[in-house]
Amino acid sequence: MRYRSVFDIIGPVMIGPSSSHTAGAARIGRMARKLFGSTPERADITLYGSFAETYRGHGTDVALVAGLLDFETDDSRLSEALSIAAKKGIKVTFTTDKETQTEHPNTARLRLAGRGNALELVGVSIGGGKIEITEVDGFSISLTGSNPALLVLHRDKYGAVAEVAGLIAKYEMNISHMEVSRHERGHLAMMVIQTDEEINDGLAAEISGLTNMLNVAVLS
Amino acid sequence: MFRTIKELVDQAQSSCLSISEIMILSEMETTQKSRADIFSKMEKNLEVMEKAVERGIHEEVRSHSGLTGGDARLLQNYLETGNSLSGNVLLDAVSKAMATNEVNAAMGTICATPTAGSAGVVPGTLFGLRGRLNPTRDEMVRFLFTAGAFGFVVANNASIAGAAGGCQAEVGSATGMAAAAAVELAGGSPEQSADAMAIALGNMLGLICDPVAGLVEVPCVKRNAIGASTAVVAADMALAGIKSKIPCDEVIDAMYKVGRMMPAAFRETALGGLADTKTGRALKQRIFGQSKNTDGSALTEK
Repeated sequence: MRYRSVFDIIGPVMIGPSSSHTAGAARIGRMARKLFGSTPERADITLYGSFAETYRGHGTDVALVAGLLDFETDDSRLSEALSIAAKKGIKVTFTTDKETQTEHPNTARLRLAGRGNALELVGVSIGGGKIEITEVDGFSISLTGSNPALLVLHRDKYGAVAEVAGLIAKYEMNISHMEVSRHERGHLAMMVIQTDEEINDGLAAEISGLTNMLNVAVLS
Repeated sequence: MFRTIKELVDQAQSSCLSISEIMILSEMETTQKSRADIFSKMEKNLEVMEKAVERGIHEEVRSHSGLTGGDARLLQNYLETGNSLSGNVLLDAVSKAMATNEVNAAMGTICATPTAGSAGVVPGTLFGLRGRLNPTRDEMVRFLFTAGAFGFVVANNASIAGAAGGCQAEVGSATGMAAAAAVELAGGSPEQSADAMAIALGNMLGLICDPVAGLVEVPCVKRNAIGASTAVVAADMALAGIKSKIPCDEVIDAMYKVGRMMPAAFRETALGGLADTKTGRALKQRIFGQSKNTDGSALTEK
């Protein structure tokens, strides 16, 4: 079930005009920022489908950038996000792609860069402000932000998953959902682990310290 | 937890509880939060809705595009003359739905129910019925849980996104939710709530999403307005004992299938319907110049 709470239906409290194209877009931007770990210095954003056709009327571009600035859906600064980003020296470009067919019509691809890091992800706004991240750095995943989550980029080696799961158990935490995605056997893979409890920095640091782990992002 | 309207109604009937109570219990189970926390969170949503309605009917609200604003006040003034054709409860609900959507279009603060574009129907119906039924604050919050319970099933089994299923998925869903909640507020049974939703949503099948210039304004504000009137009428029909021949779950499934068959031009792309009329296209041209990136450069369009 994609919608789990009554507040997915009655809510969110938000600045208009569209829950999918404004509030959902802001949430995609904010989730991207969280996964990136900080406000990016540069963001290149591609809009598809209904996002590409109607982003101006809905303020989808403004809302995505508001999210990158860590604004919530009801933040009164939301409508000023583009000028606030420009003042902070954040370079943002938008491309509309009306030709590529995406699974869901409300899709955005964000390429973030800054402080020597880069992250590329695809976010989908499925309706009523609810979103999913469907791709991170080329790995197919499914992340809704309903639960705390760990995203671990690692080498596709035997025991890698078990080691991470073992550490989570050591912290007496419960995994509610887990998936592993990879491009090719033996190369790189991405673990997405959702938990019932909040993920603390100690756990993330210990996972980072394991041999085959390349990058760890925490979504609280 | 419930997955269908039938399960929701059965659970309410077998335990002799209201739909709103089933929704609250389910939320407590899913989120492990206390009843008090969940109830007060919903009460805050009610406050947001009330403020938006008050703003829309008392203040001069105008959207940036100038396409919408002020119609809720026009209707309130008309109501005061006492000469309306459709009656005070109905038109009060209609004007309060418009008030909410006018505030939304002006980038004001609203509560999505289930979406922002369809945010007027549920509060419009609730605040329109307030004068008629004199509900307690508690009952008004429960109205939102009942509406949420029905919307929850639609969202999981069909869609509440105009881009996926057209306006039937947004204003159609909201109208069904409001009709079902109005039945409970008026003292009807869970089964009657389901009939009211089925009647209301069934009447909106096929409704396309065709926003002029891609703005959530024309025809969204008026669709919410008439959605609220449909909700009240459908609730009255169900309370009178009229049944939906097609069960509510099947109506929801039909809505989903109609949405899947709907061409993209009618799913929030602003390429069809009212958006693609001579006047609709001219309005778009008038409102938007060339969009720019943060550094002032022109946007790339493929």
